[in-house]
Amino acid sequence: MKLRTKGAALLSAAVVTGALTGAAAQAQDKEYTIAVSIPAATHGWTGGVVYHAQEAEKQLEAAYPNIDVIVSTASSATAQVASLEDLSATSELDALVILPFTSEELTGPVEQVAANGTFVTVVDRGLSDPSIQDLYVAGDNIAVGANTAKWLVEKLGGEGEIVVLRGIPTVIDDERIKGFQDVIDQSDIKILDIQYANWNQDEAFTLMQDYLGKYPNIDAVWANDDDMLLGVIEAVDQAGREDIKYMLGGNGMKQVIEMVKAGDERTPISTPYPPSMIASAMHMTAAQFAGQAPMRGSFKLDAPLITPENADQFYFPDSPF
Amino acid sequence: MSSAEIATRPESEGFKIRWGDLAPFIALGVIILLGTMINSNFMSANNMLNVITRSAFIAIIGVGTTFVIATGGLDLSIGSMLAFVVGIMVMAMNALAPSFGPWAIPIGAVVALVVGSLCGLMNGLIITVGRIEPFIVTLGTMGIFRALITYMTDGGSLSIDRSLRNAYRPVYFGDVLGVPYPVIITLFIALLGAFILYRTKYGRRVTAVGSNADVARFSGVHVGRVRTMAFVIQGFCVAVAAICYVPRLGAATPTTGQLWELQVITAVVIGGTLLRGGKAHIWGTVAGALILEVIANVMVLSDMVSEYLVAAVQGAIIIIAMLAHRFTSSR
Repeated sequence: MKLRTKGAALLSAAVVTGALTGAAAQAQDKEYTIAVSIPAATHGWTGGVVYHAQEAEKQLEAAYPNIDVIVSTASSATAQVASLEDLSATSELDALVILPFTSEELTGPVEQVAANGTFVTVVDRGLSDPSIQDLYVAGDNIAVGANTAKWLVEKLGGEGEIVVLRGIPTVIDDERIKGFQDVIDQSDIKILDIQYANWNQDEAFTLMQDYLGKYPNIDAVWANDDDMLLGVIEAVDQAGREDIKYMLGGNGMKQVIEMVKAGDERTPISTPYPPSMIASAMHMTAAQFAGQAPMRGSFKLDAPLITPENADQFYFPDSPF
Repeated sequence: MSSAEIATRPESEGFKIRWGDLAPFIALGVIILLGTMINSNFMSANNMLNVITRSAFIAIIGVGTTFVIATGGLDLSIGSMLAFVVGIMVMAMNALAPSFGPWAIPIGAVVALVVGSLCGLMNGLIITVGRIEPFIVTLGTMGIFRALITYMTDGGSLSIDRSLRNAYRPVYFGDVLGVPYPVIITLFIALLGAFILYRTKYGRRVTAVGSNADVARFSGVHVGRVRTMAFVIQGFCVAVAAICYVPRLGAATPTTGQLWELQVITAVVIGGTLLRGGKAHIWGTVAGALILEVIANVMVLSDMVSEYLVAAVQGAIIIIAMLAHRFTSSR
């Protein structure tokens, strides 16, 4: 992580010097304000978003002295609308990076900010009207499910019995489940059961205990989030069940990445849906202004398998998630 | 459940059976019967032990809630308080582990009991000294405790030290002669609660204050003190639940104990305690906690209900149970 930060700082320093010598005084005088609006840290993943946003703020402000980054967190959709109003009322925004709480409720308010000529970057959850945004950065939830399923089909030799734990009823959850099911349906693997555990460790523990009581043979478990995976592992260990070959999660929580790095037999892989995507979006937005690099368009982060070989790239020991 | 009948006998008149008091146990029996018919694995020793052990948290907290509700109070902060106490306990144990080794566990448990009781005392004092509705006060402290645990964990999770994990695990997963520790702790707390409620002067004052605070005041009962004490008992019970909770997953997260307050209040009311106060039923609360946990278990074991409708069926069963209760007790 340190190395990467240093690398990024070096790179951006080069960009700044380039801008100074090349484009003369113009870039030096102009001050840019980038507002970042994200959900407050209410669970693991959003905790990670807040951490990475704050880290990116420090890096950007150190690299580009003429860019001011303001990070503001909101605990609900209404609070986020209010904080948008405050941000655009108190300062002239050159850019807004926003991870919207909900698509519908935030579309109108963001549109108003955009109407003032502010560059809008939308992260993760898309707005109802995509024409408002200049830049869209998101992970690939379908790939999170599909890549895990592909790996599982291969390892189980195309047959077996598995159970699935899903999260909170949302688009994110639906997409992950769909991506997973579509791949599994093409094999002879049977999904014994799918139930909601609300991305909660306790509920996952309870649900897994019930699955274990209900089904005498389970070949693999997929919890579509690493938080839930920790509850699943605890339940399986306590029951002492030997039939379960694989227990997989997703999201790239640091405790699970540690297991992958250590070469855990039952959890040898994970798939990223990294909270650090907020940092990617912030760096790209800054590049639009300081780097003279056009950044309009859609950018979809892939969800490659995290394996013991590449786990280091996804491991942030200081992050809370 | 024979102890339940013993505990309620002093209240009943003569030999007449009070069906209302037995309602939660009858409901529990019916749901268990239903579960047995739906899935043969339901009655297996493993499944039963899992379900009973899981219900310990709600039952233990519920004993305290029975006191609070019996005095005419309400505590919405219990779920957040549990998370806060768990967080403090994990931090205390981790800090003590290097110098005290395994002794950090009992010391941390004592810290939890003190912190839990103090949280309850704070709720109680603000309500009685400040003369504010318990609903509003505990709604406020609910937010405070939840924010504090989120702050303490940075939105992520707070895990117990690896060196303590294995020594502490048996408190949730271990057993004596096949009876898991959390079940023993639940029985002990419920016995203690029943003794205080039914056999002591304080217990009689709890129901007296709940049925009519003015009458209680005129007959010389210090109403504020009785109510405050009920919140302290609640805080203590939350801490006991926290002590059983930590060894299970070994971590505190911002979602720990989320919405447990609703589950606990539901369990207490299903158990026959009146929400407006004046009537308390400790063993009914324990049965209520079991009912909730068994319903959830049966839902997963059955294949009849779509995953999208599970919550609706759970809600309907609870309402039917309460309706049955009303009809039996009005006879």
